[in-house]
Amino acid sequence: MIKFNQVHKRYPGGYQALKNVSFEIAGGEMVFLTGHSGAGKSTLLKLIAAIERPNLGSVLVNHQNVGVLKSRALPFLRRNLGIIFQDHKLLFDRNVFDNVLLPLQICGFDYRESHKRVRAALDKVGLLKREKSNPIALSGGEQQRLCIARAIVNRPSILLADEPTGNLDAEYAQEIMAIFNAFHQVGATLVISTHDESVLQNTGLRVLSLKHGELQT
Amino acid sequence: MRHALDQNIGIFRRMFASPLAGILNILVIGIALSLPAGMYLLLQNAQGLVEKLSDTPQISLFMNTESKPDDIDKLRKQLEQHPAIARVEFVPRAQALEQLKQSTGLADVIGGLQQNPLPDAFTVYPKRSAAQSLDELRTELAKLPKVELAQLDSEWAYKLEALLKFGRVVVLILASLLSLALVAITFNTIRLQILTQREEIEVSKLIGATNGFIRRPFLYFGAMQGLLGGITAWLIITVSLLLLNYQLGTLAHLYASQFTLHPLSLGDSLTLLLFSMYLGWLGAWLSVARHLSQIEPR
Repeated sequence: MIKFNQVHKRYPGGYQALKNVSFEIAGGEMVFLTGHSGAGKSTLLKLIAAIERPNLGSVLVNHQNVGVLKSRALPFLRRNLGIIFQDHKLLFDRNVFDNVLLPLQICGFDYRESHKRVRAALDKVGLLKREKSNPIALSGGEQQRLCIARAIVNRPSILLADEPTGNLDAEYAQEIMAIFNAFHQVGATLVISTHDESVLQNTGLRVLSLKHGELQT
Repeated sequence: MRHALDQNIGIFRRMFASPLAGILNILVIGIALSLPAGMYLLLQNAQGLVEKLSDTPQISLFMNTESKPDDIDKLRKQLEQHPAIARVEFVPRAQALEQLKQSTGLADVIGGLQQNPLPDAFTVYPKRSAAQSLDELRTELAKLPKVELAQLDSEWAYKLEALLKFGRVVVLILASLLSLALVAITFNTIRLQILTQREEIEVSKLIGATNGFIRRPFLYFGAMQGLLGGITAWLIITVSLLLLNYQLGTLAHLYASQFTLHPLSLGDSLTLLLFSMYLGWLGAWLSVARHLSQIEPR
């Protein structure tokens, strides 16, 4: 599903974010990405979504080399991905419902169908009662869950989450992990980055560990 | 379909999120457009007047005051047989004086004259009304014996037409410049819109929006602003025309004429609206092409 082949990423200015990273994630797999802050977790996720491009090596998503994708093809790659951003990237000029509706509007979904899907997604993350609120009125945990609803409303085959439990307390973090598990159950591929080792315990899932841009084995 | 509708409603919401700025923009566009369009309308009206006048051209032949009735009869026959002349009317000097008395209200002044200063005259109706053939005929008639002066009555109409051609060029230049201004106004409005919606654009790109999807509302906005500006221009012209016609009514009454200014025709009105809409769209398109590529998500 996702395959990194000797990927190097150096940012302008000379900062080497990733060094010779190679791995493969199978379809339907749920993988954690760990490492200290600055280890290159976010960069790795950005490479999958073609927000950044590698300097060397190839990034394959669904057998497609996204590193050399034409910019007009990018939207169609991203529609297959659900991305949960570290900084949420919610829009505060519209309510909760419309925030989740945006991906469906972009894909040109039928009105009725899209409204049904938005409600289903909000229900899954437990925000159905807040659909009329402005995201600014939500707590940190609720904003995180709203971001998840927006990422899954499209039913993408791959879900990328950048520090989804970053600044949440343990209880909220557990809730969010439960949502991811449910998504994993129905066959989605998930890549979840975290610096919080405690959520990894007893999951029995594969962990990719980054240190100074290099994959630890 | 519904999404497109939602998007459009969103555009209007944004447009009137700052109603004063939006209305001012539309007003500026309206005024800028009403200038050349109004001038065009005036020219159009003058053109109609010219056509009406030059439709039935006349040449007035004024006789030498010493000419005798014999000369007049001879000339009349000559004129009637001329292949380029349709009809001839003789106006004796006494009748001309009488007409002058009646039509100008100068009866007292004319009554005080010791002798009739007016010459005998012919009114010649040529067969063809093309400017060149008329001029040739006039020159030819002026050379006939005992003819003092041959005057093309519609000559001023041709002069006016030349003037109108000049006016049309002025309108064209003005229209081009102000159209450019309209495009510039829209360009800037859209630039500001893009800046304030930077976040939305960024997020949309991240979740798979095509450039077309992002561009569309801005293009609609530009076209809508242009259209509303066009409607404003139309209203300005129509109201001004009503005011002018009201004043013209009293003026025309004094001159015993029925002259009124015609409003913009349906075709011209539609052209105005479509053109302003297109210019708004163009300004938005240029702005979007210039600014959207600068917003790349990080």
